[in-house]
Amino acid sequence: MKSSIEIVMLLAGLLFVLGIAGVIIRKNIIFMLLSVEVMLNASGLAFVAAGSRWAQPDGQVMFIFILAMAAAEVSIGLALILQIYHQHKSLDIDKLKEMKG
Amino acid sequence: MNNLLWLIPVLPFAGFLILALAGKHLSRVWVALIGAGSVSLSAIIVPIIGIGFLSHPPATGNYSQTLWTWMQVGDFNPKITLFLDALSLVFVFVITFIGALIHIYSAGFMASDKDYSRFFACMNLFVFSMLLLVLADNLLLLYLGWEGVGLCSYLLIGFWYENPVNGYAARKAFIITRIGDTAMAIGLFVIFYQFGTLAIPDILTKAPVLWHQGASIATITALLLLAGGVGKSAQLPLQTWLPDAMAGPSPVSALIHAATMVTAGVYLISRMHIIFQLSPIAQMIVAVIGAATLFIAGFSALTQYDIKRVLAYSTISQIGYMFLALGVGAWAAAIFHFMIHAFFKALLFLAAGAVIEALHHEHNIFKMGGLKNKLPVIFWTFLIGSASLAALPLISAGFYSKDQILWYAWAAEGGNPLLWFIGLLGAFITAVYTTRMMILVFWGEAKTEIGHRPGKLMTVPLIVLAFFSLFAGFIELPHNFGHFRLFSDLLQQVLPETILKAGMNTELQFQILALLSTLGGIYLAYVFYYKQPQRIEKLKQSRFVMNLYLFWFSGWGFDKLYNTLIVKPIVFMANVNKNDVVDKLYQGVTFITIRLYQSLSFTQSGSLRWYIMGLVIGAIIILSMQIML
Amino acid sequence: MILIYVIGILMGGGLLSLLLGQWNKNLPRWIALCTVLVGFIAFVFFWINQYHTINLRLTNTWMIDYRHDWIPSFGISFHLAIDGLSLLLLVLTFFLGILAVLCSWNDVKERVGFYYFNLLWILAGISGVFMAVDLFLFYFFWEVMLIPMYFLIGIWGSENRVYAAYKFFIFTQASGLLMLLAIIGLYFIHGRNTGVYTFNYFELLGTAIPPHIAFWLMLGFMIAFVVKLPIVPFHTWLPDAHSEAPTAGSLILAGLLLKTGAYGILRFVLPLFPEAAHDLAPWAMLFGVIGIIYGAILSYSQTDLKRLIAYTSVSHMGFVILGIFAFNELALQGVVMQLVTHAISTGALFIMAGMLKERLHTRNINHMGGLWTQMPQMGAIGMLFAMASLGLPGLGNFIAEFLILLGAFKANVLLTIMATIGLVFSAIYSLRIVQKVFLGPSERSDYISDFSFREIVVMAALTLSIVWLGLYPQPVINTVKLMVNKLAHIFPPENKNVQQENYQEIPLSTHKYLVKK
Repeated sequence: MKSSIEIVMLLAGLLFVLGIAGVIIRKNIIFMLLSVEVMLNASGLAFVAAGSRWAQPDGQVMFIFILAMAAAEVSIGLALILQIYHQHKSLDIDKLKEMKG
Repeated sequence: MNNLLWLIPVLPFAGFLILALAGKHLSRVWVALIGAGSVSLSAIIVPIIGIGFLSHPPATGNYSQTLWTWMQVGDFNPKITLFLDALSLVFVFVITFIGALIHIYSAGFMASDKDYSRFFACMNLFVFSMLLLVLADNLLLLYLGWEGVGLCSYLLIGFWYENPVNGYAARKAFIITRIGDTAMAIGLFVIFYQFGTLAIPDILTKAPVLWHQGASIATITALLLLAGGVGKSAQLPLQTWLPDAMAGPSPVSALIHAATMVTAGVYLISRMHIIFQLSPIAQMIVAVIGAATLFIAGFSALTQYDIKRVLAYSTISQIGYMFLALGVGAWAAAIFHFMIHAFFKALLFLAAGAVIEALHHEHNIFKMGGLKNKLPVIFWTFLIGSASLAALPLISAGFYSKDQILWYAWAAEGGNPLLWFIGLLGAFITAVYTTRMMILVFWGEAKTEIGHRPGKLMTVPLIVLAFFSLFAGFIELPHNFGHFRLFSDLLQQVLPETILKAGMNTELQFQILALLSTLGGIYLAYVFYYKQPQRIEKLKQSRFVMNLYLFWFSGWGFDKLYNTLIVKPIVFMANVNKNDVVDKLYQGVTFITIRLYQSLSFTQSGSLRWYIMGLVIGAIIILSMQIML
Repeated sequence: MILIYVIGILMGGGLLSLLLGQWNKNLPRWIALCTVLVGFIAFVFFWINQYHTINLRLTNTWMIDYRHDWIPSFGISFHLAIDGLSLLLLVLTFFLGILAVLCSWNDVKERVGFYYFNLLWILAGISGVFMAVDLFLFYFFWEVMLIPMYFLIGIWGSENRVYAAYKFFIFTQASGLLMLLAIIGLYFIHGRNTGVYTFNYFELLGTAIPPHIAFWLMLGFMIAFVVKLPIVPFHTWLPDAHSEAPTAGSLILAGLLLKTGAYGILRFVLPLFPEAAHDLAPWAMLFGVIGIIYGAILSYSQTDLKRLIAYTSVSHMGFVILGIFAFNELALQGVVMQLVTHAISTGALFIMAGMLKERLHTRNINHMGGLWTQMPQMGAIGMLFAMASLGLPGLGNFIAEFLILLGAFKANVLLTIMATIGLVFSAIYSLRIVQKVFLGPSERSDYISDFSFREIVVMAALTLSIVWLGLYPQPVINTVKLMVNKLAHIFPPENKNVQQENYQEIPLSTHKYLVKK
């Protein structure tokens, strides 16, 4: 059992790093949003694994909470992306720099 | 009668108030009546009070009248008190008498000026301040009069304000005298902490008790007061303002810059004579300043071509004689010379004013000439004044007063042969420049047409003053010459008698030397300017003489010296620092703040990926620190 | 009760003119004039009433004491009290208040209601500062006078007004915060010593503070006050604020706001921290002398008339700090005289600068000159106040400066001599004003009108008061005599060790309200 949690944690960490890399590297806002979703799910995986390791319900509770939050985030995020696309006719994050200085 | 004393200064002040407030709405006749009338009324009251004072002298020898307490703070309670004794009586007499004559003269002289009422308002204010100065019972009230006359001098030098040159001369006069006044103010502080009072009678009684002969505190106090006197009386080293002060109208020069205000220093020193007596060093300095000034100013007078500047330098020089007399302890002689000088110098200035007006405002004596027959009244009065200035023996009043000073410069206790010799040389120079002026103005051929002849209002005061310039000398005759001492007997009540050195009782040879120097001077000028004018041309070819001439002409370079040493550096500093270097400090603070915000705002690029990068790096650093530590 | 009524009237009048100003442009002027007149008359009557008994009071310098709880849990109360010094400054406040209303009569044309609202609230703040004896309340009023002043400069000023308003606000606000820190520090030290947490001035007097802490607390107060005063090197807000403010603003700044600084030092710094103040004295006097000479030299080089006058204020306020830290009766009386006479003389010069600006549309003295020909009345009055500013005997400023120098001479001879030299510089810059503005060749051919009737009233009031103070200053001296004597006694001249026990105020409130008004 001990070795399996470590492997799952490693997988979660890898997914998280992949997510971060996606957010940093991608220019398209939709892909950035997807990468954020990957990061959220990575942390959800870590919670579930930890919950089963110590036989506590908290891990799964947190996962459900993350799930709900991710759903809300995606809906708001997509709505914002739609608005941005309407205004700027572009989804390139580098072209949308408005808050300089 | 004495209780009318307050009327003497108040009358001119009332005249000033009326003219200042309502002068615009009064006709010229009324302005002249109020202006000259108020001073003349004072001049009438003075003899009445004076006779009463002399025939029934108060037991203390003086009379004082307190009007109100100026202020009272702790022990410091100067009062508005008028104080009359023999010394102030002489001054009050001269101020009101000559003041009234000059006011009457001005009524004619200024008749065509558009600011008639302003002129008389300022003149009245001046007479008021001057009277306050000599009647003050305490040094603070004296200081009020002292600064008041300075203000009036400023207002009247710059009377024709449209010309900036006049404004410059006025400010120069005010600021230079203010330097002396500042030293005098410090002197007042010292006196207050030494005696606990500023009342003059108290100071004079306490000083010999509290200070021993030759105490250094006495020297310091005396020198501080002297600085005030030097500034007001245009003595070395603060003499430079007086020649420029001639920018004012001629009656102003006569009243303020010859007869009265410039002798305020003489008054101050003789009023505080006990302090000066306690310090032989200070008294010696007074004598040396007087001698040096009379010498320097005499040579400068010799080179001037502006008739009023000649008279201005001669005023400086004559006041130098008074300082010399004060310094050697000949108190009464100094006051006597003050009085005689007031008569003849006022006369000379008024007559010069009449000449200038007659010649269409021509000041240059080389462009005058031949006025002897054209303006006979002016010629004769000017001649009498000049004779008195040059101390023409026996017949002029100036001879008696100046001869006395010369004799004391050697014979009095503080005197010495060198001082006497400088005085004698000065008398010689005086005779030269006076004769030079006389010849150039009245003899020779006419160079300018005469425009306007003086009226009665102007000639009558001249005649009265000429009378006094001739005969006022007879109230005080030399030892070997009748020994008639009306004037010094009067002053004996206030000022100590002049103590002679042992074995000095042969005055005759000194008188003969003085007589010779005067006649020699007159002869020299006669030769150079009348007989053989070509000699001057010859002299002018020598380079050395020319340079010397220019040096004397510029008043021995004092103006230039002060300009480069004091005025220019201060003005330069002020202009460099116009925008206030301290403000740069605060601008520096704002600059740094702006720079900081700019550099920090650089990190706010608006690029989302940079922010995340920052987040990640931060998280990594924190995590790795967590693991490592 | 008169005190709280007066503040209430001022604030109420301000609100009223703000509200009615929407509706009629003339109404706020009359409301403001009536408001300040009522206050002025009330205080003058009170002064005359009290004047006879002033010298009979032996120990108690306080004339009115009004106290009402405000936030009792923090020991904050609405505590007003006045003694001779406060009374004098209050009379001055309302006198200048009347003049400020009069001289902005035609000057202000837009947002008239809001203008007079600000003006009256500044006056309310200043009056509060002169009355408050609760430190928290004092700080409150200190801020009340600040913010309307900021608006007054920022809205009705001339070209560079926003910069000037910011500068003024930041300088005074930052230094005021230091004072707030010091007040709170004092509050806690007193609370820890005695168990009573209070902002009451009377109770805080004589708090035993460790010397090194006392020094820092005093510095907190001192900086707030010397920035207001101002003292070199904290003076740089003043020329900007003065020159950009509207005429009434400059008048109130020079005449009253600067005085709150001096008042603060006299009322709080010296009695609360006598030892620390004693240690600071030589330095404070030195800075005073530097201010006198530095301000005078800077004033000489200015070409903007209002800036020039502003720097003369710096020079004159140097005399105030010199006199305060000489710690003797003569100098302190001189300081009080200087506060009053400087308000009048500099106020008059600022009003005249405003009048010239109105007529010539410039403040640059190089564009003036020869104005005497066209306006001899203003020329004469201008000459008079220039003379007052250079300390001509017979005018009030001379009495003030002479007393200060006489007193300071006892404390420090060398510095006094240097300060006296400042008198020469003051002659130089004052005569320069007269020469550049009124004398010289006339630069203009167009018609420039002399004083109007309203202006004659204003200038006559100022002229009469400066001459009165110069010839018979005794009423002012008597009014503050007790207060000054008490202050001077904290610092015995002989021994250097100051005895703190000497200074103990007895508030009237402990005497069961001796005077009820």
